[in-house]
Amino acid sequence: MSKIWLIIQREYLTRVRKKSFIIMTLLTPVLLAAFMVLPGLLMTMSDSAETVMVLDESGLFAGKLEGKDDLKLVPLGGSLEQAKEVYRQTDNTALLYIPNITLDNPTGIKVFSKKNTSLQTKIRLENMLEKEVENQRLIASGLDREVLKNMKADISVSSVNLSDEGEKDNNAFVTSGAGIMGAFVIYFFIFLYGVQIMRGIIEEKTSRIVEVIISSVKPFQLMMGKIIGIAAVGLTQFLLWVILSFVVVSGVQAAFGIEPAPTPAQQIVSGQAAAGAEVDNETTAQEKNEASQIMTDTFNAIGNLNIPLIVGCFLFYFLGGYLLYGSLFGAIGAAVDNETDTQQFMFPITIPLIISFILSYSVVLKNPDGPVAFWMSIIPFTSPIVMMVRVPFGVPAWQLLLSMALLILGFIFTTWLAGRIYRVGILMYGKKVNYKELSKWLFYRV
Amino acid sequence: MSDDQDKAIFDRTKQSSALSILKIDGVSKTYASHTALDNVSFEIPAGCIFGLLGPNGAGKTSLIRIITQITGADTGEIYFKGERLKPGHIKDIGYLPEERGLYKKMKVGEQLLYLAQLKGLSRQDATTRLKAWISRFELKEWVGKNIEDLSKGMQQKVQFIATVLHEPALIILDEPFSGFDPINANLIKDEILSLRERGATIIFSTHRMESVEELCDNIALINRARKVLDGPVKEIKNTYKTDTFQIIGNGRLLITSPDYEVLEQHENHGTFRANVKLLNGSRPNDLLRYLIERVEIHSFVELVPSINDIFIQKVTETHHV
Repeated sequence: MSKIWLIIQREYLTRVRKKSFIIMTLLTPVLLAAFMVLPGLLMTMSDSAETVMVLDESGLFAGKLEGKDDLKLVPLGGSLEQAKEVYRQTDNTALLYIPNITLDNPTGIKVFSKKNTSLQTKIRLENMLEKEVENQRLIASGLDREVLKNMKADISVSSVNLSDEGEKDNNAFVTSGAGIMGAFVIYFFIFLYGVQIMRGIIEEKTSRIVEVIISSVKPFQLMMGKIIGIAAVGLTQFLLWVILSFVVVSGVQAAFGIEPAPTPAQQIVSGQAAAGAEVDNETTAQEKNEASQIMTDTFNAIGNLNIPLIVGCFLFYFLGGYLLYGSLFGAIGAAVDNETDTQQFMFPITIPLIISFILSYSVVLKNPDGPVAFWMSIIPFTSPIVMMVRVPFGVPAWQLLLSMALLILGFIFTTWLAGRIYRVGILMYGKKVNYKELSKWLFYRV
Repeated sequence: MSDDQDKAIFDRTKQSSALSILKIDGVSKTYASHTALDNVSFEIPAGCIFGLLGPNGAGKTSLIRIITQITGADTGEIYFKGERLKPGHIKDIGYLPEERGLYKKMKVGEQLLYLAQLKGLSRQDATTRLKAWISRFELKEWVGKNIEDLSKGMQQKVQFIATVLHEPALIILDEPFSGFDPINANLIKDEILSLRERGATIIFSTHRMESVEELCDNIALINRARKVLDGPVKEIKNTYKTDTFQIIGNGRLLITSPDYEVLEQHENHGTFRANVKLLNGSRPNDLLRYLIERVEIHSFVELVPSINDIFIQKVTETHHV
């Protein structure tokens, strides 16, 4: 037992002290923080104010167009040629030329600029003009914009779970988000660290140290020590990511005093109410209220998730899935001589992983209690990912227990299988191995 | 097996060879398609240098892997210091495999401590012993370097230290000189002799028999999974020697006595070289006296068969049988 502990220590320490590990661990939260904070930061800094000169020959917009802080409008008089000449001598962004148009036929409006006009500026100008034309058309037909706005209906449905424990707000976006995030982390870690197990074993084989080691410890101890040691590396990295991300993000927020850009889920949620608000700057007090209402709902929904259950399940499926696949990756490492030979064996292992991740998105999320979701969350090879997606939606206890029990049986089986292949494979050099050969190894007496 | 039986076996082995550190008793091992060992038995006396000899593929490595408990025997038993081989013996055995290497990206010192601890040594003990070996092999400035930064010769020294750092009673070296440069090979030879001095038993496994002949006290010859021959080198050579002497000298050698038979004779510018066999129980000194009266003698050497010769003779014998 103390020997397997020594092996775990070595596997852990050599990896944790590697430069690549330290850099990746430190850099990821920084990148994440940058990803969250930068859009907000950029928005507030939002390009230096632009000035657009306006030559309005129609007179329709005289005194009606209002500039903004970051988009100033300067009215011009005279002919187009003169205006162009004036514009050329300035640093202004563009020259907006409105020919003599009518409300019925507002065509021929042009923007002249020295450089290409940005799409954003063009859209803002278009919106401004559109709204003014609409306004004037409404007035011409005897309608007031205010009256029209009061007639508009805006309804949002909030969903409430009627469970035995009473009513609970739920939010499909939050629930899906929690599930898919957990599933993705598990998927990512199985790949990242499974391959590390494989590489570690190939390294021991090619450097020929393996025979020295297994004259001191049992091959199974060496394999398990490596798998557990690398699992500890994975957990360390994950924990550090969580802590560092939290520290970095809140640190950056405190330093710059900015809200992080909304997460995609929040964006979708608030997007319904606030669509276009940014551009036409029309967010009324009422809409703002609605948006903040949705934010509160989101936080309520997060609060209503069964966090201990989700975290518990996450850790279980994280480790279970890792052990199940990790030992298979280990078996591949033992069966081959170098990394280029791993392809044929990698394929069948990665397929169930990839399929369960794709189906999580496309099928399980839409119908978390459907037959596909059920079966895939029970079968050990797909359950670590699919069950993680289902858990936030609520899974009957018997299904969860069955899935967990099968996963435990599953990794006991794969470790046994891997152990059989491993003990033969590590001492086998220069032999091209196929599946038939591997299946023979299972029954070798060693 | 009952305890009584166990004890009986224990007592028997103890009696049969109080001095043997390892007793191999009827060991057989079959892999999927071929037999690696076929009922091999011999004993290795404690404190000797033992040559496990035989051509490639004879079964030497298979036997070693059974002794080091990497694999198990199909049938037969191995006794270490009179006890049936068990996992606890691992710390008393040091093994330098033919396929050897070290973790390339691990520091020399750390690696040696790790390997010694895996053998069951405490960290403190390993550290103290390591210091002694480091200064002995002049590796001080390399302790903090990664293995991959060391020259091949340096790596070989480190590998050797890894084999003996836990001060095992039995050291097994599989083809120890393959891959070692001549300078390191000599260094290792000296170390092996001093290890024997301190009471360790060393097993040499090699197919290059001439390379270990001078070092070995005892040998076992293995061919095609079977033991061909074993025993002390001197005894074996005595059994196989043919009472033949090589004589080099000046003059014209003409032997007429029926007690001596000339097997081979060359002459060149007044010097001669001849191989003469003693017959009818005559002694080497008789031959010398006989020669001194006739020719001028420069050299008089007994022609002892090399282990290689004996092996070839033995193998061809067994083939004919």
